[in-house]
Amino acid sequence: MAMTVHCDIVSAENEIFSGLIEFVSVTGSLGDLGVYPGHAPLLTELKPGPVELRKQGGEQDIFYISGGFFEVQPHKVIILADTALHAGDLNEAAAQEAQKHAEQAMANRTSEFEYSKAATQLAEAAAQLRTLQEIRKKLGR
Amino acid sequence: MAVGKEIKTKIASVQSTRKITSAMEMVAASKMRKAQDRMESSRPYARSIRGVIQHLAGSNPEYKHLYMQERETKRVGFIVVATDRGLCGGLNVNAFKAAVKSMKEFHDQNIEIDICSLGSKSATFFKNYGGNVVAAKTHLGDAPEVADLIGAVKVVLDAYDEGKLDKVFIVSNEFVNTMTQSPNIEQVLPLKAEDDDERLNHHWDYLYEPDARELLNGLLVRYVESLVYQAVVENNACEQAARMLAMKNATDNAGDMINELEMIYNKARQAAITQEISEIVSGAAAV
Repeated sequence: MAMTVHCDIVSAENEIFSGLIEFVSVTGSLGDLGVYPGHAPLLTELKPGPVELRKQGGEQDIFYISGGFFEVQPHKVIILADTALHAGDLNEAAAQEAQKHAEQAMANRTSEFEYSKAATQLAEAAAQLRTLQEIRKKLGR
Repeated sequence: MAVGKEIKTKIASVQSTRKITSAMEMVAASKMRKAQDRMESSRPYARSIRGVIQHLAGSNPEYKHLYMQERETKRVGFIVVATDRGLCGGLNVNAFKAAVKSMKEFHDQNIEIDICSLGSKSATFFKNYGGNVVAAKTHLGDAPEVADLIGAVKVVLDAYDEGKLDKVFIVSNEFVNTMTQSPNIEQVLPLKAEDDDERLNHHWDYLYEPDARELLNGLLVRYVESLVYQAVVENNACEQAARMLAMKNATDNAGDMINELEMIYNKARQAAITQEISEIVSGAAAV
Protein backbone atom coordinates (compact mmCIF):
# COMPACT_ATOMS: atom_id res chain seq x y z
CA MET A 1 0.00 0.00 0.00
CA ALA A 2 1.22 3.43 -0.89
CA MET A 3 2.47 5.76 1.79
CA THR A 4 0.04 8.44 2.83
CA VAL A 5 0.13 11.77 4.57
CA HIS A 6 -2.66 13.66 6.30
CA CYS A 7 -3.91 16.64 4.35
CA ASP A 8 -6.19 19.50 5.43
CA ILE A 9 -7.61 22.03 3.02
CA VAL A 10 -9.29 24.87 4.87
CA SER A 11 -10.63 28.21 3.76
CA ALA A 12 -11.66 31.10 5.96
CA GLU A 13 -15.27 29.96 5.66
CA ASN A 14 -15.00 26.23 6.17
CA GLU A 15 -13.10 23.01 5.94
CA ILE A 16 -13.00 21.66 2.39
CA PHE A 17 -11.08 18.46 2.76
CA SER A 18 -9.44 16.49 5.52
CA GLY A 19 -8.02 13.03 5.06
CA LEU A 20 -5.16 10.83 3.97
CA ILE A 21 -3.59 11.38 0.58
CA GLU A 22 -0.82 9.81 -1.47
CA PHE A 23 0.13 12.86 -3.48
CA VAL A 24 -0.81 16.52 -3.81
CA SER A 25 0.06 19.11 -6.40
CA VAL A 26 -0.50 22.85 -6.01
CA THR A 27 0.34 26.09 -7.78
CA GLY A 28 3.08 27.70 -5.72
CA SER A 29 4.27 31.25 -6.18
CA LEU A 30 7.29 29.92 -8.09
CA GLY A 31 5.42 27.35 -10.12
CA ASP A 32 3.67 24.02 -9.79
CA LEU A 33 4.74 21.86 -6.94
CA GLY A 34 4.09 18.23 -6.12
CA VAL A 35 4.37 16.74 -2.66
CA TYR A 36 4.66 13.09 -1.64
CA PRO A 37 4.54 11.81 1.95
CA GLY A 38 7.70 12.48 3.92
CA HIS A 39 8.50 15.75 2.20
CA ALA A 40 10.87 18.16 3.96
CA PRO A 41 9.20 21.02 5.86
CA LEU A 42 8.18 23.66 3.38
CA LEU A 43 6.23 26.87 3.51
CA THR A 44 5.04 28.69 0.43
CA GLU A 45 2.50 31.10 -0.88
CA LEU A 46 -0.09 29.83 -3.33
CA LYS A 47 -1.36 31.44 -6.47
CA PRO A 48 -4.90 30.94 -7.74
CA GLY A 49 -5.12 27.54 -9.33
CA PRO A 50 -6.05 23.91 -9.02
CA VAL A 51 -5.11 21.63 -6.16
CA GLU A 52 -4.90 18.03 -7.24
CA LEU A 53 -5.09 15.25 -4.71
CA ARG A 54 -4.56 11.55 -5.04
CA LYS A 55 -6.44 10.18 -2.11
CA GLN A 56 -5.66 6.99 -0.28
CA GLY A 57 -6.55 4.20 -2.67
CA GLY A 58 -5.69 6.18 -5.78
CA GLU A 59 -8.87 8.20 -6.27
CA GLN A 60 -8.25 11.60 -7.84
CA ASP A 61 -9.82 14.83 -6.67
CA ILE A 62 -9.40 18.40 -7.79
CA PHE A 63 -10.12 21.60 -5.90
CA TYR A 64 -9.85 25.20 -6.90
CA ILE A 65 -8.33 27.77 -4.55
CA SER A 66 -7.95 31.50 -5.04
CA GLY A 67 -4.58 31.74 -3.32
CA GLY A 68 -3.36 31.18 0.20
CA PHE A 69 -0.55 29.40 2.01
CA PHE A 70 0.80 25.89 1.90
CA GLU A 71 2.61 24.19 4.74
CA VAL A 72 4.31 20.84 4.42
CA GLN A 73 5.51 18.74 7.32
CA PRO A 74 6.71 15.17 6.83
CA HIS A 75 3.56 13.89 8.53
CA LYS A 76 1.10 16.60 7.59
CA VAL A 77 0.14 18.92 4.76
CA ILE A 78 -1.98 22.02 5.33
CA ILE A 79 -3.44 24.26 2.66
CA LEU A 80 -4.72 27.56 4.02
CA ALA A 81 -6.84 28.86 1.18
CA ASP A 82 -8.34 32.31 0.85
CA THR A 83 -11.35 30.75 -0.76
CA ALA A 84 -11.60 27.15 -1.85
CA LEU A 85 -14.12 25.32 -3.96
CA HIS A 86 -14.58 21.76 -4.97
CA ALA A 87 -13.68 21.93 -8.64
CA GLY A 88 -17.00 20.34 -9.55
CA ASP A 89 -18.71 23.46 -8.19
CA LEU A 90 -16.87 25.73 -10.58
CA ASN A 91 -19.00 27.39 -13.19
CA GLU A 92 -17.26 27.49 -16.52
CA ALA A 93 -19.56 30.05 -18.10
CA ALA A 94 -19.15 32.37 -15.13
CA ALA A 95 -15.38 31.98 -15.23
CA GLN A 96 -15.26 32.83 -18.92
CA GLU A 97 -17.53 35.77 -18.33
CA ALA A 98 -15.29 36.98 -15.51
CA GLN A 99 -12.21 36.59 -17.67
CA LYS A 100 -13.75 38.63 -20.48
CA HIS A 101 -14.90 41.24 -18.02
CA ALA A 102 -11.48 41.50 -16.42
CA GLU A 103 -9.75 41.74 -19.79
CA GLN A 104 -12.05 44.56 -20.78
CA ALA A 105 -11.43 46.36 -17.53
CA MET A 106 -7.72 46.07 -18.10
CA ALA A 107 -7.98 47.34 -21.66
CA ASN A 108 -9.69 50.58 -20.68
CA ARG A 109 -8.22 51.05 -17.27
CA THR A 110 -8.93 54.27 -15.46
CA SER A 111 -6.69 54.11 -12.44
CA GLU A 112 -3.86 52.11 -11.00
CA PHE A 113 -6.04 50.62 -8.29
CA GLU A 114 -8.63 49.31 -10.70
CA TYR A 115 -5.91 47.91 -12.86
CA SER A 116 -4.52 45.77 -10.06
CA LYS A 117 -8.02 44.67 -9.11
CA ALA A 118 -8.78 43.67 -12.67
CA ALA A 119 -5.45 41.86 -12.91
CA THR A 120 -6.34 39.81 -9.84
CA GLN A 121 -9.74 39.00 -11.26
CA LEU A 122 -8.21 37.96 -14.52
CA ALA A 123 -5.69 35.72 -12.79
CA GLU A 124 -8.46 34.09 -10.78
CA ALA A 125 -10.70 33.54 -13.78
CA ALA A 126 -7.82 32.11 -15.78
CA ALA A 127 -6.93 29.81 -12.91
CA GLN A 128 -10.51 28.60 -12.66
CA LEU A 129 -10.56 27.78 -16.32
CA ARG A 130 -7.25 26.02 -15.99
CA THR A 131 -8.70 23.96 -13.15
CA LEU A 132 -11.66 22.98 -15.30
CA GLN A 133 -9.40 21.93 -18.15
CA GLU A 134 -7.38 19.90 -15.70
CA ILE A 135 -10.49 18.09 -14.60
CA ARG A 136 -11.49 17.24 -18.15
CA LYS A 137 -8.06 15.89 -18.87
CA LYS A 138 -7.55 13.92 -15.68
CA LEU A 139 -10.95 12.75 -14.69
CA GLY A 140 -12.59 12.73 -18.09
CA ARG A 141 -15.68 14.50 -16.78
CA MET B 1 -64.92 49.63 41.15
CA ALA B 2 -61.72 51.60 41.50
CA VAL B 3 -59.91 49.05 43.63
CA GLY B 4 -56.27 48.43 42.78
CA LYS B 5 -56.18 50.53 39.66
CA GLU B 6 -52.46 51.13 40.11
CA ILE B 7 -51.86 47.43 40.53
CA LYS B 8 -53.74 46.69 37.33
CA THR B 9 -51.65 49.20 35.41
CA LYS B 10 -48.50 47.73 36.88
CA ILE B 11 -49.55 44.21 35.87
CA ALA B 12 -50.23 45.37 32.33
CA SER B 13 -46.83 47.01 32.12
CA VAL B 14 -44.99 43.95 33.43
CA GLN B 15 -46.95 41.81 31.00
CA SER B 16 -45.84 43.89 28.04
CA THR B 17 -42.26 43.78 29.31
CA ARG B 18 -42.51 40.03 29.47
CA LYS B 19 -43.74 39.94 25.91
CA ILE B 20 -40.71 41.92 24.80
CA THR B 21 -38.18 39.87 26.73
CA SER B 22 -39.63 36.57 25.54
CA ALA B 23 -39.52 37.82 21.95
CA MET B 24 -35.92 38.86 22.45
CA GLU B 25 -35.14 35.46 23.87
CA MET B 26 -36.51 33.76 20.80
CA VAL B 27 -34.66 36.11 18.46
CA ALA B 28 -31.42 35.52 20.34
CA ALA B 29 -31.97 31.76 20.23
CA SER B 30 -32.32 31.72 16.47
CA LYS B 31 -29.42 34.11 15.99
CA MET B 32 -27.29 32.03 18.31
CA ARG B 33 -27.64 29.02 16.11
CA LYS B 34 -26.39 30.96 13.12
CA ALA B 35 -23.61 32.60 15.10
CA GLN B 36 -22.55 29.20 16.37
CA ASP B 37 -22.47 27.81 12.84
CA ARG B 38 -20.31 30.73 11.76
CA MET B 39 -17.99 30.16 14.68
CA GLU B 40 -17.73 26.44 13.92
CA SER B 41 -17.12 26.93 10.23
CA SER B 42 -14.27 29.39 10.71
CA ARG B 43 -12.65 27.26 13.36
CA PRO B 44 -10.76 24.82 11.10
CA TYR B 45 -8.93 27.69 9.42
CA ALA B 46 -8.05 29.33 12.72
CA ARG B 47 -6.89 25.99 14.10
CA SER B 48 -4.78 25.18 11.04
CA ILE B 49 -3.13 28.56 10.79
CA ARG B 50 -2.44 28.44 14.48
CA GLY B 51 -0.83 25.05 13.97
CA VAL B 52 1.38 26.41 11.20
CA ILE B 53 2.37 29.37 13.34
CA GLN B 54 3.14 27.09 16.26
CA HIS B 55 5.40 25.02 14.05
CA LEU B 56 7.02 28.17 12.81
CA ALA B 57 7.58 29.52 16.32
CA GLY B 58 9.07 26.18 17.31
CA SER B 59 11.42 26.01 14.35
CA ASN B 60 14.83 27.59 14.08
CA PRO B 61 14.28 29.91 11.18
CA GLU B 62 17.07 31.49 9.18
CA TYR B 63 15.07 34.68 9.28
CA LYS B 64 13.45 35.86 12.49
CA HIS B 65 10.46 37.94 11.66
CA LEU B 66 9.68 40.97 13.79
CA TYR B 67 6.60 39.21 15.12
CA MET B 68 8.70 36.35 16.42
CA GLN B 69 11.15 38.44 18.41
CA GLU B 70 10.64 39.07 22.09
CA ARG B 71 11.66 42.53 23.08
CA GLU B 72 11.71 44.57 26.22
CA THR B 73 8.19 45.57 27.12
CA LYS B 74 7.51 49.27 27.40
CA ARG B 75 4.07 49.51 25.93
CA VAL B 76 1.46 46.86 25.31
CA GLY B 77 -1.61 46.83 23.12
CA PHE B 78 -4.95 45.34 24.07
CA ILE B 79 -7.54 44.43 21.49
CA VAL B 80 -10.76 44.32 23.48
CA VAL B 81 -13.67 42.61 21.79
CA ALA B 82 -17.16 43.33 23.09
CA THR B 83 -20.69 43.35 21.79
CA ASP B 84 -22.45 46.15 19.95
CA ARG B 85 -25.60 45.93 22.01
CA GLY B 86 -26.36 45.44 25.65
CA LEU B 87 -28.94 43.30 27.44
CA CYS B 88 -26.68 40.29 27.41
CA GLY B 89 -26.08 39.77 31.10
CA GLY B 90 -22.61 40.07 32.53
CA LEU B 91 -20.85 39.12 29.31
CA ASN B 92 -19.15 42.43 28.54
CA VAL B 93 -18.58 43.34 32.17
CA ASN B 94 -16.74 40.08 32.78
CA ALA B 95 -14.48 40.64 29.78
CA PHE B 96 -13.79 44.24 30.83
CA LYS B 97 -13.01 43.13 34.36
CA ALA B 98 -10.48 40.60 33.07
CA ALA B 99 -8.98 43.22 30.73
CA VAL B 100 -8.73 45.87 33.42
CA LYS B 101 -7.16 43.44 35.85
CA SER B 102 -4.48 42.48 33.38
CA MET B 103 -3.96 46.12 32.39
CA LYS B 104 -3.46 47.05 36.01
CA GLU B 105 -0.69 44.49 36.29
CA PHE B 106 1.11 46.14 33.41
CA HIS B 107 0.37 49.57 34.79
CA ASP B 108 1.98 48.61 38.09
CA GLN B 109 5.14 47.73 36.20
CA ASN B 110 5.09 51.17 34.58
CA ILE B 111 4.19 49.71 31.23
CA GLU B 112 1.92 51.87 29.17
CA ILE B 113 -1.18 50.59 27.48
CA ASP B 114 -2.86 51.21 24.16
CA ILE B 115 -6.33 49.93 23.46
CA CYS B 116 -8.04 48.87 20.28
CA SER B 117 -11.73 48.45 20.93
CA LEU B 118 -13.99 46.32 18.76
CA GLY B 119 -17.73 46.68 19.34
CA SER B 120 -19.73 49.67 20.60
CA LYS B 121 -19.80 48.54 24.20
CA SER B 122 -16.05 48.29 24.30
CA ALA B 123 -15.67 51.79 22.86
CA THR B 124 -18.16 53.26 25.36
CA PHE B 125 -16.55 51.49 28.27
CA PHE B 126 -13.07 52.78 27.57
CA LYS B 127 -14.38 56.25 26.88
CA ASN B 128 -15.79 56.35 30.38
CA TYR B 129 -13.10 54.36 32.09
CA GLY B 130 -10.23 56.18 30.46
CA GLY B 131 -7.38 54.66 28.55
CA ASN B 132 -5.59 55.43 25.35
CA VAL B 133 -7.83 54.12 22.59
CA VAL B 134 -5.84 54.05 19.35
CA ALA B 135 -8.38 52.31 17.16
CA ALA B 136 -12.04 51.48 17.41
CA LYS B 137 -14.48 49.66 15.22
CA THR B 138 -18.14 49.51 16.07
CA HIS B 139 -21.30 48.12 14.48
CA LEU B 140 -19.84 44.83 13.41
CA GLY B 141 -23.30 43.35 13.01
CA ASP B 142 -24.37 39.75 13.32
CA ALA B 143 -22.16 38.49 10.51
CA PRO B 144 -18.81 40.25 10.90
CA GLU B 145 -16.44 39.98 8.00
CA VAL B 146 -12.68 39.92 7.97
CA ALA B 147 -12.68 43.03 5.80
CA ASP B 148 -14.44 44.98 8.57
CA LEU B 149 -11.66 44.26 11.01
CA ILE B 150 -8.61 44.75 8.85
CA GLY B 151 -8.48 48.52 9.43
CA ALA B 152 -8.42 48.32 13.21
CA VAL B 153 -6.00 45.40 13.17
CA LYS B 154 -3.69 47.29 10.83
CA VAL B 155 -3.41 50.20 13.26
CA VAL B 156 -2.22 47.81 15.95
CA LEU B 157 0.14 45.93 13.64
CA ASP B 158 1.62 49.16 12.32
CA ALA B 159 2.24 50.34 15.86
CA TYR B 160 3.94 47.02 16.54
CA ASP B 161 6.03 47.31 13.37
CA GLU B 162 7.18 50.76 14.35
CA GLY B 163 8.15 49.54 17.78
CA LYS B 164 5.50 51.55 19.58
CA LEU B 165 3.97 48.38 20.97
CA ASP B 166 6.01 45.50 22.31
CA LYS B 167 3.24 43.05 23.03
CA VAL B 168 -0.30 42.65 21.81
CA PHE B 169 -3.09 40.85 23.64
CA ILE B 170 -6.62 40.11 22.65
CA VAL B 171 -9.46 40.01 25.17
CA SER B 172 -12.67 38.29 24.22
CA ASN B 173 -15.20 35.80 25.47
CA GLU B 174 -14.70 32.14 24.92
CA PHE B 175 -17.73 30.11 24.01
CA VAL B 176 -17.66 27.14 26.36
CA ASN B 177 -21.28 26.15 25.86
CA THR B 178 -24.65 27.84 25.69
CA MET B 179 -24.76 28.39 29.43
CA THR B 180 -21.14 29.35 30.02
CA GLN B 181 -18.94 31.95 28.43
CA SER B 182 -15.66 32.85 29.99
CA PRO B 183 -13.43 35.85 29.34
CA ASN B 184 -10.14 34.96 27.78
CA ILE B 185 -6.90 36.90 27.30
CA GLU B 186 -4.50 35.67 24.68
CA GLN B 187 -1.14 36.95 23.59
CA VAL B 188 -1.15 37.64 19.88
CA LEU B 189 2.30 39.11 19.39
CA PRO B 190 5.09 38.22 19.64
CA LEU B 191 4.32 34.61 18.80
CA LYS B 192 4.62 32.19 21.63
CA ALA B 193 5.96 28.72 20.98
CA GLU B 194 3.99 26.07 22.80
CA ASP B 195 4.82 23.29 20.46
CA ASP B 196 4.89 20.00 22.29
CA ASP B 197 4.86 17.96 19.13
CA GLU B 198 7.72 15.56 19.74
CA ARG B 199 8.24 14.78 16.09
CA LEU B 200 9.51 18.30 15.68
CA ASN B 201 11.76 18.49 18.71
CA HIS B 202 14.97 18.88 16.83
CA HIS B 203 16.80 21.56 14.96
CA TRP B 204 14.95 22.22 11.76
CA ASP B 205 13.70 24.93 9.48
CA TYR B 206 11.32 25.28 6.60
CA LEU B 207 12.19 25.57 2.97
CA TYR B 208 10.73 28.90 2.02
CA GLU B 209 9.33 29.76 -1.37
CA PRO B 210 9.94 32.44 -2.63
CA ASP B 211 11.80 33.87 0.37
CA ALA B 212 11.22 33.85 4.08
CA ARG B 213 10.73 37.58 4.57
CA GLU B 214 8.02 38.11 2.01
CA LEU B 215 6.28 34.89 2.87
CA LEU B 216 6.22 35.40 6.61
CA ASN B 217 5.00 38.97 6.24
CA GLY B 218 1.93 37.73 4.43
CA LEU B 219 1.39 34.70 6.60
CA LEU B 220 1.75 36.42 9.96
CA VAL B 221 -0.56 39.28 9.05
CA ARG B 222 -3.07 36.71 7.90
CA TYR B 223 -2.60 34.87 11.18
CA VAL B 224 -3.33 37.93 13.29
CA GLU B 225 -6.37 38.76 11.20
CA SER B 226 -7.66 35.25 11.54
CA LEU B 227 -7.11 35.32 15.29
CA VAL B 228 -9.02 38.58 15.67
CA TYR B 229 -11.75 37.41 13.31
CA GLN B 230 -12.17 34.19 15.23
CA ALA B 231 -12.37 36.14 18.49
CA VAL B 232 -15.05 38.43 17.08
CA VAL B 233 -17.10 35.58 15.66
CA GLU B 234 -16.84 33.64 18.89
CA ASN B 235 -17.76 36.70 20.90
CA ASN B 236 -20.80 37.10 18.70
CA ALA B 237 -21.93 33.56 19.49
CA CYS B 238 -21.32 34.31 23.18
CA GLU B 239 -23.39 37.47 22.91
CA GLN B 240 -26.40 35.65 21.52
CA ALA B 241 -26.12 32.84 24.04
CA ALA B 242 -25.75 35.29 26.94
CA ARG B 243 -28.64 37.39 25.70
CA MET B 244 -30.83 34.34 25.35
CA LEU B 245 -30.08 33.37 28.92
CA ALA B 246 -30.52 36.89 30.27
CA MET B 247 -33.83 37.28 28.48
CA LYS B 248 -35.02 33.88 29.68
CA ASN B 249 -34.32 34.95 33.25
CA ALA B 250 -36.04 38.27 32.67
CA THR B 251 -39.09 36.51 31.25
CA ASP B 252 -39.22 34.14 34.22
CA ASN B 253 -38.86 36.99 36.66
CA ALA B 254 -41.58 38.96 34.94
CA GLY B 255 -43.85 35.90 35.25
CA ASP B 256 -43.14 35.67 38.97
CA MET B 257 -43.81 39.34 39.39
CA ILE B 258 -47.12 39.10 37.57
CA ASN B 259 -48.20 36.24 39.82
CA GLU B 260 -47.32 38.23 42.90
CA LEU B 261 -49.07 41.35 41.69
CA GLU B 262 -52.18 39.39 40.78
CA MET B 263 -52.23 37.91 44.25
CA ILE B 264 -52.02 41.37 45.78
CA TYR B 265 -54.70 42.65 43.44
CA ASN B 266 -57.09 39.82 44.27
CA LYS B 267 -56.53 40.28 47.98
CA ALA B 268 -57.28 43.98 47.68
CA ARG B 269 -60.41 43.22 45.69
CA GLN B 270 -61.58 40.66 48.24
CA ALA B 271 -60.94 43.09 51.06
CA ALA B 272 -62.96 45.77 49.30
CA ILE B 273 -65.89 43.41 48.73
CA THR B 274 -65.83 42.19 52.33
CA GLN B 275 -65.76 45.73 53.55
CA GLU B 276 -68.67 46.72 51.36
CA ILE B 277 -70.78 43.78 52.55
CA SER B 278 -70.05 44.51 56.18
CA GLU B 279 -71.00 48.14 55.60
CA ILE B 280 -74.31 47.09 54.02
CA VAL B 281 -75.00 44.58 56.77
CA SER B 282 -74.23 47.02 59.54
CA GLY B 283 -76.28 49.69 57.73
CA ALA B 284 -79.26 47.30 57.53
CA ALA B 285 -78.88 46.38 61.20
CA ALA B 286 -78.98 50.03 62.19
CA VAL B 287 -82.29 50.69 60.42
